[in-house]
Amino acid sequence: MPHLDAAYNLARWLTRNEHDAQDIVQDAFLRALKFFESFRGRNSRSWLLTIVRNTAYTWLEKNRKHEIGTISDEEIESIQDAEPNPEAHLLKDADNQEIMNAIAELPVEFREAVILRELEEMSYKEIADVLNVPLGTVMSRLARARRQLQESLRHHQPRVSA
Amino acid sequence: MNCREIKVLSHAYADRELDLVRATEFEQHLNGCRSCSQEVENIRALSSALKSSTLYFRAPASLRNRIHQSTCARNGTARLRHRSGNREVAWMQWIRWLIPVTASATVILLALLSMPSRTDGETEEVVSSHVRSLMANHLTDVASSDQHTVKPWFDGKVDFAPPVTNLADHGFPLVGGRLDYLQNRTVAAEVYQRNKHVINLFVWPSTRNRNTAKKVTIEKGYNVITWEDAGMSFSAVSDLNPVELREFAELLK
Repeated sequence: MPHLDAAYNLARWLTRNEHDAQDIVQDAFLRALKFFESFRGRNSRSWLLTIVRNTAYTWLEKNRKHEIGTISDEEIESIQDAEPNPEAHLLKDADNQEIMNAIAELPVEFREAVILRELEEMSYKEIADVLNVPLGTVMSRLARARRQLQESLRHHQPRVSA
Repeated sequence: MNCREIKVLSHAYADRELDLVRATEFEQHLNGCRSCSQEVENIRALSSALKSSTLYFRAPASLRNRIHQSTCARNGTARLRHRSGNREVAWMQWIRWLIPVTASATVILLALLSMPSRTDGETEEVVSSHVRSLMANHLTDVASSDQHTVKPWFDGKVDFAPPVTNLADHGFPLVGGRLDYLQNRTVAAEVYQRNKHVINLFVWPSTRNRNTAKKVTIEKGYNVITWEDAGMSFSAVSDLNPVELREFAELLK
């Protein structure tokens, strides 16, 4: 079954729950087979992940409506005027659980952009196809998602006093 | 570019999503601006922290079995039951076979693709040219994602017209073109990209006018696919995995 891991990983991060993710992936595979005729040989991973995402959103709509649509893409990005500080060493010390929690806390629209970019290593164009949003929105969501991740990881770091 | 523009583009730059012209402008700014360089470094540090953690959830074997069974079940699930008549019977039989057939076809394909075949002088030369183009920072002579710019550029520089295709819609954007030297002759090098992987496609007129099947070779860790078609020899080389490189080669048909 090609791309099963990618499908499960996305569903798992969208639902943050093992059992619901499994149901969604099973449902998505059945739908994929049903609509296989509409698949015209483009990127098969993007095609399948689009179906998984749509299935997951239908599920979220029904069970956790409050989690979707919490962000606004029109929001003007606030440009930080403060000098950015080196963060590489902070991130190196961040443990796996902290990073997982930080991603899990992201709004679902940011979380999916991060998963597709950082874990699936998809291009902006592929992400735009799966999320069905313009390229600029992908860039802005990724920027805001990363900023939020950096902030929450910085926040969790124990400060070492000299 | 000023810092304000840079801050917006820094993510696209760190993700290698800027075109060559804008990436070059961006780098010029970075050289003189500590604040913006720090921003890019922070983005890269975050990306590598995410990649090095075990954040990827692999599908459990039980799920694999569950999907296999639900698609193989003759009576189908409630979801599919509303479809009735002969069409459904044919459909369910098709589903019943599709999964195992796809699975074994994938396994066989992967096995075939990862089987190293004998390398020859030509493959070695192609890989060396690919590596040189990356090391010498001389990837393209003409940087454009438009095939109608790249194709005419070769006019008058080589004595043949290499086919140039734009595969951006398939996730292989065209980056540009370059002249290279292979097999004692000038060849056209077309540069494509797949995420962060560069693909060099070398094209030159074939000495034997024939069509051959695509042959996959591994040389120094690079995957090379060679074939001949319509009087042209093609060599696609990249550090990209063989499955996706094959997808690329098939699109050129």
